[in-house]
Amino acid sequence: MLDVLTLFLFNIIVYNIPLLYGTTGEIMIEKSGSLNLGVEGTMAIGAVAGYLVGARCDNLFIACVVSFIASGLVGLLFSFLTVTLQANQNVTGLTITTFGVAFYYFVGNALSNSPEGWPKLSGTRLDAQSQAIHIPGLSDIPFIGKAFFSHGILVYAGILIAVLMWLYFKKTVPGLKLRAIGENPAAADSLGVNVALYKYAHIIVGSGIMGLGGLYMGLNMGGTFEGSNCWINGYGWISIALVIFANWSPAKAILGTFLFGFFNTLRVQNAALAYAFPNALGWLTKIPSHFFSALPFIITLIVLITSSLTAKGKSGEPQAIGRNYYREDR
Amino acid sequence: MEYAIELKGISKSFGPVAANKNINLSLAKGEILALLGENGSGKTTLMNMLSGIYMPDSGSIFIDGKKVEINSPEDSGKLGIGMVHQHFKLVERFTALENIRIGMRGEGRFFHGAEVRKKIEETAAKFGFDIDLDKKVSNMAVSEKQTLEILKVLCYGARIIILDEPTAVLTVQEIEKLFNVLRKMKEEGHSIIIITHKLNEVMAISDRVAVLRHGDYIGTVVTKETDEKTLTELMVGRKITLNIDRPIIEKTHPLLEIRDLTIKNDEGATAIDHINFYIRGGEILGVAGIAGSGQKELCEAIAGLRKIEEGQMIHEGESIVGMSPKKILEHGVSMSFIPEDRLGMGLAPSLSITDNMILKNYNESKGLFVDRKSAREEAQKVIDKLEIITPSTETPVRRLSGGNVQKVLLGREIKSGPNVLITAYPVRGLDINSSYTIYNILNEEKKKGVGILFVGEDLDVMLSLCDKIMVICHGRLQGVVNSDHTTKEEIGLMMTGTLNIVNKEGKTDGIAKDSAFTDEEGKA
Repeated sequence: MLDVLTLFLFNIIVYNIPLLYGTTGEIMIEKSGSLNLGVEGTMAIGAVAGYLVGARCDNLFIACVVSFIASGLVGLLFSFLTVTLQANQNVTGLTITTFGVAFYYFVGNALSNSPEGWPKLSGTRLDAQSQAIHIPGLSDIPFIGKAFFSHGILVYAGILIAVLMWLYFKKTVPGLKLRAIGENPAAADSLGVNVALYKYAHIIVGSGIMGLGGLYMGLNMGGTFEGSNCWINGYGWISIALVIFANWSPAKAILGTFLFGFFNTLRVQNAALAYAFPNALGWLTKIPSHFFSALPFIITLIVLITSSLTAKGKSGEPQAIGRNYYREDR
Repeated sequence: MEYAIELKGISKSFGPVAANKNINLSLAKGEILALLGENGSGKTTLMNMLSGIYMPDSGSIFIDGKKVEINSPEDSGKLGIGMVHQHFKLVERFTALENIRIGMRGEGRFFHGAEVRKKIEETAAKFGFDIDLDKKVSNMAVSEKQTLEILKVLCYGARIIILDEPTAVLTVQEIEKLFNVLRKMKEEGHSIIIITHKLNEVMAISDRVAVLRHGDYIGTVVTKETDEKTLTELMVGRKITLNIDRPIIEKTHPLLEIRDLTIKNDEGATAIDHINFYIRGGEILGVAGIAGSGQKELCEAIAGLRKIEEGQMIHEGESIVGMSPKKILEHGVSMSFIPEDRLGMGLAPSLSITDNMILKNYNESKGLFVDRKSAREEAQKVIDKLEIITPSTETPVRRLSGGNVQKVLLGREIKSGPNVLITAYPVRGLDINSSYTIYNILNEEKKKGVGILFVGEDLDVMLSLCDKIMVICHGRLQGVVNSDHTTKEEIGLMMTGTLNIVNKEGKTDGIAKDSAFTDEEGKA
C-alpha cells in the first residue's frame, strides 16, 4: 500500500520536472520585461539537438551542453528580433513555437527514414547516465528515499537552478538591475544599466534552461521518435501558465510544478490509488477517466482566473512586460 | 573662468524637426544656471544629450575643459553628471534603497545591506534630506519621489546636477525646501542647471540665465543684471504685450450647472470633492490648479467617461448624470482633452484627418457604409478654417506637427456645434503663434454664445482669456474670481490651498442666481 504512495510521489517529481525547467526559464526571460511565447518550440529544439548529439557521443554532459546551446541560440534569435529589431514579442514567440516543433518533426522524420534510423537510447551509456543515481544513505530511507532521493541528475539540477535563480533575483545586484529593467527600462537605462545587454543575456540563458527541460523529456519521457506526437506535448504552454501561478518567483515555481504534477499524476494513477485504498479512495473509480485527463488543464484555467483576480499591486508581474524598449522613444 | 560644462555648436534633429540648432552654453563651477525657454524650445532635448539619452547630430561637449563623448547614461554618470528628469525615472515597486542601489558603482555584486545603507544615509544627512529608505516608491508623495531622485544622483557622486522642471509639481513650501537644498549643494561646490519657465523662480535661485527659443540659443545673462520683463522678451523673441482678445459678450443663462460633484480617480481616492460651478453661454470659465488637482477627472465626468460618486450635472435643464458619452455629445456638450503626450486622447494617430472626423460622427451616416465623401469635405472645411498645415485630408494625423494636431482635435469638437465646450490644455506645448490661433478659435465660439470651460496651465493666459477663473486645490473649490478683479498672486495662493474665498463676503460661489435647479434639487 505504501508502495503506491511512494510511487505516486516519485511520479509527481519524475514526470513534471520539465515543467520546472520551462517555468524558471520563462521567469528569467519575463523578469527582463520580455514575454516569450516560444517555450514549446525552444524546448523541442533543445530536446532534439541534445538527444541526437548526446546519442552520437554517448555522453549526458555533452547532451546537456548541446541542448543548452541550441536553445540558447533560439533565445538569441528571439532577442535579435525583439530587442534589436523591435519586432512584436507575441508574434515572434508564436513563430518560434511553430518553428521549433516543426524542426522536431523535420529532423525526426528525416532520420527515421534514413538507413541509420533514429538513434536508440536503451542500453547506451547515455541512458545509464540519465537514470536515477543512488545516494548512499538518503536513497535507502524507507518510503522517502525512493520518492525523493532516487532520481536522475537532471531532476536535482532543475531544483538547484530554481533555488539559485531565486537567490540571484533576491540577493545580487545584477538580479536587482534585471528586475528594474522588467519594471521600468527607462529608469534602469538612466542609471547606466545596459538594457539591451541584460535582455540578451537573460533571454539566452532562460532559453537554454528551457532546452534542458526539453532534453529531459527526450531522455526520460520520450526516447523513440513518434511521427504523431511531439515529446514536449504541451508542457511549454503549461509552463507559461505556471509562471503566472508562481507569481514570477522561481521558489514558488517549485511549488507550482509539484502542485500541478499532483493532478497530472492523478490522471495516470487514480485507479492504482483506488485499488490500494478501497475504503478511503474507492470513489476515484466512479469519476470518468476523461475528467482526470482534463484535470491538469482545468487546473491551469482556474489558476489563470484566480491569479488574474488578485490585486494588481500584489501581482509580481513585471510592469513593462511585453513592451519593447527604445531609448529615444518620445 | 573654469567651466564645468561647455557646449559648442550642438545640433539635434528628430526627423525633419530641428530641436536644437547650434547651441553654445557654459556652466561655471559652483554656479546655478537657469535654462529658460518656452515649451518646445529644446531645453529638455539639450539636457538629454548631457545625460546620454540622445546623441547630438553635431557639435562638441566639454566637461571640466576636456572634450568628451556621451554615448549612454552610463558615460554621463561616469563624468559626474546626474539628471533629475521631469517624469521621474523610478521603479515604483522598489524601495528607495533598492532604487539607489541599481546605479551604484563599485559596491560588488551583492547587496551589502548595512554598508550601502550607511553610505546613503551619510549623503542624505549631509544635504539635509529627510527620507525613509525602506519606503516603496509607489507609496511616496511627489515631493518624496523628487527628494529620492536628487539623493540618488548625489549618491552616485554627481558634481553636475541637472533638474528638469523640478518645481512643476511642487507646492510653494516644497519649492522653498528644494531651493534650500540646491543652495546647500552649491555651497558644497556642485554645479547646477535648472530648467524652468517660471520667471520668479529663475530670479530667486539662479546666478545666470541661458535662454533658448525654438531650438536656438539666444544668450546668457547674469540674473542680478536683468529682470523678468527682459527675460520674457528674450524668451519670446519680441516685445510682447500678452494681449489676448477678450471680447465682452452678453452672457446668457447658465448652460451647464454642476452641483456638489464628487468624483474618484483611478486609484479610488477623491479627485473632485463637492464642487459647485456653472457656465453661462458667451463666457469662458477658466479652471486653474496645480497639475493633478482633479482637472482630468472633472473633464471626463462631464463628458460621461467617468462615473460620478455624488452630485448633479444639468445641461439646459436636463440631468446628464448617467448618460452615455454619445448622448451627452448629442446634447451639445463637447470635450477635448490634450494629455501630456498630446496624442493620447481623442485622436487615432495613424488614421487620416478625414477618418478622425468620422470617428466622432460615424453614427450620422446612414446605412452600413461610411460616408467618406462628405467627411472629406468637412475635413477640408476644418483645414481651411483653422489654417491647418497638412499635405492633404488623407495624411495620418501623427505626421502633423503638434500644433496642427491640436487644431484638428479642436476643429472636430467645434464642428459638431456644441453649446458647451470643455477644453483642457488646448495650447499645451504650442508656440506663441499656434496658441493665438487657438485663442481666436475659442473666442469665435464664445461670440456664438457657446459656454467654454478652459482648463489651463499658464495663469497669464488664463487671466487674459477667461472671463472668470475657478481655482481648485486637491479637488476642492477654492473660489471663483473675476479676471478683471484679481491678481496672479491671489490665484497662486488659492492654487496651493493657502487662500479660500468660497462663500466669503456674503456671496455663494458656484451657484447661479437664475439657476435651472429647483430649490429642492439645489439643496441636495
